Amino acid sequence: MSNKSMGLEERKEVPFQGTEQQREELLGFIHGHAGQKGCLMPVMQKAQEIYGYLPQEVQKLIADEMGIPMEKIYGVATFYSQFHLAPKGKYQVSVCLGTACYVKGAGNIYNKFSELLGIGEGECTSDGMFSLDACRCVGACGLAPVAMVNGDVYGRLTVDDVRGILDKYMKDGED
Amino acid sequence: MFRCHVLLCGGTGCTSAGSREIKKCLEKELKERGLDKEIAVVKTGCFGMCSVGPIMMVYPDQVLYCTVQPEDVPEIVEEHLLKGRPVKRLIYDENMAGGGIRTLEDTEFYRKQMRVALRNCGIINPENIEEYIARDGYEALGRVLTEMTPDEVIQVILDSGLRGRGGAGFPTGLKWKFASGRRGEVQKYVCCNADEGDPGAFMDRSVLEGDPHVVLEAMAIAGYAIGASQGYIYVRAEYPIAVQRLQIAIGQAREYGLLGKDIFSSGFDFDIELRLGAGAFVCGEETALMTSIEGNRGEPRPRPPFPAVKGLFESPTILNNVETYANIPQIILNGPEWFASIGTEKSKGTKVFALGGKIRNTGLVEIPMGTTLRTVVEEIGGGIPGGKKFKAAQTGGPSGGCIPAEHFDIPIDYDNLISIGSMMGSGGMIIMDEDTCMVDIAKFFLEFTVDESCGKCTPCRIGTKRMLEILEKITEGEGTEEDLAELEELAYYIKDNALCGLGQTAPNPVLSTLRYFRDEYVAHVRDKKCPAHVCRNLLEYKISADKCRGCTLCMRGCPVQAIQGKAKEPHVIDPQKCIKCGACLATCRFGAIYME
Repeated sequence: MSNKSMGLEERKEVPFQGTEQQREELLGFIHGHAGQKGCLMPVMQKAQEIYGYLPQEVQKLIADEMGIPMEKIYGVATFYSQFHLAPKGKYQVSVCLGTACYVKGAGNIYNKFSELLGIGEGECTSDGMFSLDACRCVGACGLAPVAMVNGDVYGRLTVDDVRGILDKYMKDGED
Repeated sequence: MFRCHVLLCGGTGCTSAGSREIKKCLEKELKERGLDKEIAVVKTGCFGMCSVGPIMMVYPDQVLYCTVQPEDVPEIVEEHLLKGRPVKRLIYDENMAGGGIRTLEDTEFYRKQMRVALRNCGIINPENIEEYIARDGYEALGRVLTEMTPDEVIQVILDSGLRGRGGAGFPTGLKWKFASGRRGEVQKYVCCNADEGDPGAFMDRSVLEGDPHVVLEAMAIAGYAIGASQGYIYVRAEYPIAVQRLQIAIGQAREYGLLGKDIFSSGFDFDIELRLGAGAFVCGEETALMTSIEGNRGEPRPRPPFPAVKGLFESPTILNNVETYANIPQIILNGPEWFASIGTEKSKGTKVFALGGKIRNTGLVEIPMGTTLRTVVEEIGGGIPGGKKFKAAQTGGPSGGCIPAEHFDIPIDYDNLISIGSMMGSGGMIIMDEDTCMVDIAKFFLEFTVDESCGKCTPCRIGTKRMLEILEKITEGEGTEEDLAELEELAYYIKDNALCGLGQTAPNPVLSTLRYFRDEYVAHVRDKKCPAHVCRNLLEYKISADKCRGCTLCMRGCPVQAIQGKAKEPHVIDPQKCIKCGACLATCRFGAIYME
């Protein structure tokens, strides 16, 4: 179900914003587990806990510190569904592209979100505020077309509503 | 000393239903009334009655409250805990049948059950090792280390007839015996498979959440039996409560010297490490699980060599499921004869099932092997709600099959289930009624397998995908009778050729539904009808002209303007435009809309 990207270069890159403190924390964990058999996954899980996802920079850090090829780390990261190569936004927008919503113009709604946010499927805005996904039927066909932001459902949407929805969350983000 | 204990379920089901909030309210209420020195609040593991959570049990009165809400707490404290008058409106209603309050053991739900693996769940506080010890915890380990040789331990497990509870049913003692050679000469490992991934199955989660120490104790016993000093528990990250309780349990066991060096001054060392999965179903397969612990992509590998010879980190390894381990200390304490006296000829002991689907009492049940499906569904499960008819029980998740009504009286055990085309599996049991489309169910499980196939071997990666495409074609009304033949051929091919258990068993849901519900497949491909009214493309929504009052509600609710008609006159649905979303059916107040 998940559209896992197979090539990092195809993705819209979110600038890596790791701090020295995060780096220290990860290095501390790696050194604390040095020599322990099969500790790559715990390290990657810890890294994702620290950074929220596993960008190339973090994979490289793990590779260098542990003396494991990048290729293997990337392989493990893409095998398990709980590792993310791109960050999730603070607000996760999902637009229903089920049949009922689709015929009511959900495609246009989705495109509008994509256009305003400047991101595509599975991507996250560079400020980490929004990520965008298309989802299957959420069972609210009577309200079609439907979009969700985190848990909130918005129904009977028109293309003109999109900006208002985003503005609401942007304002929340400033508070 | 407390005069009264209030037990609150802290399993995942009741926690999502709000038991944490109840506990907070209760503690606050007791404190305000100065009762906190008289009455203890204990967070326990799962009672099994997940459908009526949050569950609260008051001892010594043995009053069971269900679906308790925070606002009920003051009344329970005032009336029951202070004045001794149980709050009748909250008592589990089956408990009240016949006028009086019956004990938990006397309810229909519990009476036919037998709790061995779940014996401490819902009784002890899983975060307190002393409560486990008070229930004979770690006594089996003590006895093994001080009175028995490793070979004697293996013999006891062999004699008990215990078989693996993870699904395949391999004799546990035999597995241990295979790995027992060259003790002390080579590094060996004991692993616990807690990567319970079947949709609808949560037996292992409940054991880990309700009685984590039993798993640690059993793993130490296994370590002694085969000569291993290190254990790994591989648990899914989707079970945060279980992970947390395991961490607490491991810490406490180390503190008490029950894990670590020189346990019971016997010279035996054993420690356990926790490893978290990362969301890959295939890692429940034994070789994939070990590959994952090693820090790799969790892909399975061919056997032989079997893990008993070359397993984790290339060393001899035994891997058992959580529920299997949960039986071990009881077998040591009560003897193999006791265990072997429960169950059927070839399947000994009990089995835990996660009962779900179209059944009144969804939840966790533990029954002696050989109990009939009828007893589980009608007596323990309380039957099918809404007066519907039982159609089938699905066991074994994506690896299993459907048991139709004609086998309602078959005693449930490993071999019987295999002989009727299903399998025991890890213990998920989904009950289906006449509204379930069997083709759709087969499709659901195959979607799951396709999604979770690791891609290493071709039969599984491509074969299951092709099977799914055929099923999609059938449920969309494009299927032909040749498709059924092709589906069967592919199924047998994949079964014979896939690398691991996931692929080999993936066709089972299709094969078993084809075996018992072929007429439904035929209805889909020949008559283009879905008898259970599930497959949308084979349905037509219609409006009964007699019942329609012309209220226009459906018209306004239709997302595609497929409904035409004037106010106060019967409406009609244009089948060309209708997308079968069901919005009209949900809005109609007169029951005028029906499916055909």
